[in-house]
Amino acid sequence: MARHLLTLRDLAAEEITSLLDEAQAVADGDIPALNGAVVATLFYEPSTRTEMSFEQAARRAGAEVLHCDVEHSSVRKGESLVDTVRTFAALGTDVLVLRHPASGAPALAARHVRCAVVNAGDGMHEHPTQGLLDLLTVRQVKGRIAGLRVAIIGDVVHSRVARSAAWGFSRLGASVVLAGPATLLPVAAPVPGVEMTVSLETALSGADVVLALRLQRERQAAGDIPTSTEYTRLYGVSDPVLRRAKPDVVVLHPGPANVGVEITAEVAYGPRSAIIRQVENGVYVRMAVLRWALAPRTVRHGDAATPRRSPQGQHAAPVVG
Amino acid sequence: MAADLLIRCGRVVDPSQAIDSVADVLIIDGRIAAVGRDLPAADRPVVDAAGLIVAPGLVDMHVHLRDPGETHKEDLASGTAAAVRGGFTAVACMPNTVPPIDHPTVAEYVRGRAAAAAHCRVSPIGAITKGRQGRELAPIGTLAGAGVVALSDDGVAVLDAGVLRRALSYASMFDLPVIEHCEDPALAAGGVVHEGEYSSTRGLRGIPSSAETTIVARDLLLAEETGARLHIAHVSTAGAVRLIRDARARGIRVTAEVTPHHLVLRDADVGEFDTDRKMNPPLRGADDRAALREALADGTLDVVATDHAPHAAEEKMMEFDHAPFGVVGLETALGILLTHLVEPGALSLMEVIRRMSTTPAAILGLPGGSLAPGSPGDVVLIDPERRWTVRRAELVSRSKNTPFDGWTLQGRAVLTAVGGEVRHNDLAVETRVP
Repeated sequence: MARHLLTLRDLAAEEITSLLDEAQAVADGDIPALNGAVVATLFYEPSTRTEMSFEQAARRAGAEVLHCDVEHSSVRKGESLVDTVRTFAALGTDVLVLRHPASGAPALAARHVRCAVVNAGDGMHEHPTQGLLDLLTVRQVKGRIAGLRVAIIGDVVHSRVARSAAWGFSRLGASVVLAGPATLLPVAAPVPGVEMTVSLETALSGADVVLALRLQRERQAAGDIPTSTEYTRLYGVSDPVLRRAKPDVVVLHPGPANVGVEITAEVAYGPRSAIIRQVENGVYVRMAVLRWALAPRTVRHGDAATPRRSPQGQHAAPVVG
Repeated sequence: MAADLLIRCGRVVDPSQAIDSVADVLIIDGRIAAVGRDLPAADRPVVDAAGLIVAPGLVDMHVHLRDPGETHKEDLASGTAAAVRGGFTAVACMPNTVPPIDHPTVAEYVRGRAAAAAHCRVSPIGAITKGRQGRELAPIGTLAGAGVVALSDDGVAVLDAGVLRRALSYASMFDLPVIEHCEDPALAAGGVVHEGEYSSTRGLRGIPSSAETTIVARDLLLAEETGARLHIAHVSTAGAVRLIRDARARGIRVTAEVTPHHLVLRDADVGEFDTDRKMNPPLRGADDRAALREALADGTLDVVATDHAPHAAEEKMMEFDHAPFGVVGLETALGILLTHLVEPGALSLMEVIRRMSTTPAAILGLPGGSLAPGSPGDVVLIDPERRWTVRRAELVSRSKNTPFDGWTLQGRAVLTAVGGEVRHNDLAVETRVP
């Protein structure tokens, strides 16, 4: 039985914390031994960094990587997602890492395969490993999550990064505020209890963490904002607006950043930016997630004689379907 | 469809005559001959209906039978087999077939196939515009001559207000109601669920209520100006209900329908991206659902229609964004209404029969909807005590895309007769000839 990682919404606080502990252990040099488990990456959207991060994580942990080039596969011939993932499972895949432009695609895949499905970003829904690496990065810098004020700025409505971060930070006791132009905020809070505002000043006031979201180029064409210049003027994260935040604020960005649009160069490359650390943590988080997904299988935990955590875990992720 | 049948000692519920009492119903030569006590069997087939409800056969004014063109989903035989199993004796089928019913040839095909293969009465609805493209009027007068009972571009609204205005005027020459699917695609903007908390959480594109209400408002104004008959299909929002209620109060000739699924489900019930709960209009919020129930009870919404929309399993087994809109409903509608509206006291049995039989028959001028002598011998026997569980695999519709799989319902059609001929019989006792 495989464990799927489809959303952070599905995970209890204890499970998230335990995954962060595992990822921190990896960061501290305790590389999991995946013993030749087969990790397949199936990306229906181009995403160099997430795909590289998963493949690097799999290789460093001794897994075999099965890479699917969607552009040159039977997907192009009209094969359905369900048929494609069943084929991957039949090829001996243990963990299927799926990136897809449609929200809920990993949930659909998980209903039709026996292997573990890890969501590497689905539409506008969630990007749980990104959420975990955001949490890990903040925990490393701040030493805690609970009690922090986290401002997520930008194109919230279209952002899977925002949703996973909002679930993760709220589950662990941070207070989350989502800010952006009214046309880029959802009509209702995507996570119960999070605050939403069109005021950048309100969102940044007293913030411990600022997560600037990528502004996709098509937003202007879609009419969601008049111009990207105006967006920058109203919602760009810059040194002057960050004065409202706590002096030791940590700035995150999921990348790739449009430097000069949603974030200025001074901030992106400045002392408060943790953007490069996020990338590094991404590999640790994904190694921990691969091991977690495979946990019910016999996977040795480094050289330790016994796993540090029961394979069943306290809160197994709900297996959909 | 011209048989004899004596139905004995049932609880006869007929809204057209305000009858709710135990009686016999006698059908001779396909027509209701009498309703009363101790009617003579002579040598006719007899059904003992003690403990059962005897009502005019149900009439569904909004179904998609997919015939011609998409018979892998449904056809006139399979769709009407589902209909009689659900207690329906007459259905009106929407014209978004392939090709669409925008030409008398296609209407004649549907009527011909129905005469040869259908299990219940089938009346085609014609397209408002050629190719359902919303630009030029279909040959409405010729379609009327070919037997269409209403006009609709269902699946889409007629977006050009000038075209719709002319359609309303022209249709009124033939006394055909125009049925509008009220949705502004600019506001729906590729949405797949109701815009609200659920869409926000799941990162699914939302269809705002205004996509429906703005078109309803426009259409009501056009109906007022033309004096034509307008029928609003599958009302889903509290806002549309308010507009229709106000229009009705001002004397505008408008009727409206609601589906069983919009009466009992809401957007959050889509759950983990369940494509069998993806339909258009989408399941709305809890407030909308409450408004729909209230409007059905107070008569603002006249009719319950299923919007039976079959899709093959492989078509629904897709990413939520890519799966087609629509759910089947013919086999579950009555059970859903009895279990979730009548049982809790939200609607009387008499009103359910009215909204599912008498009123839709009257709006479209269809046979049925009454047990008055001379009416067609179209009858449904309902066992109000029958508890049953909806099982996808047991549906007789060619498609199994029900949103109610696994639901246990109380009350079911146990016998359906069309013109006195028994077309569905789930009674423990066979019809007998004494």
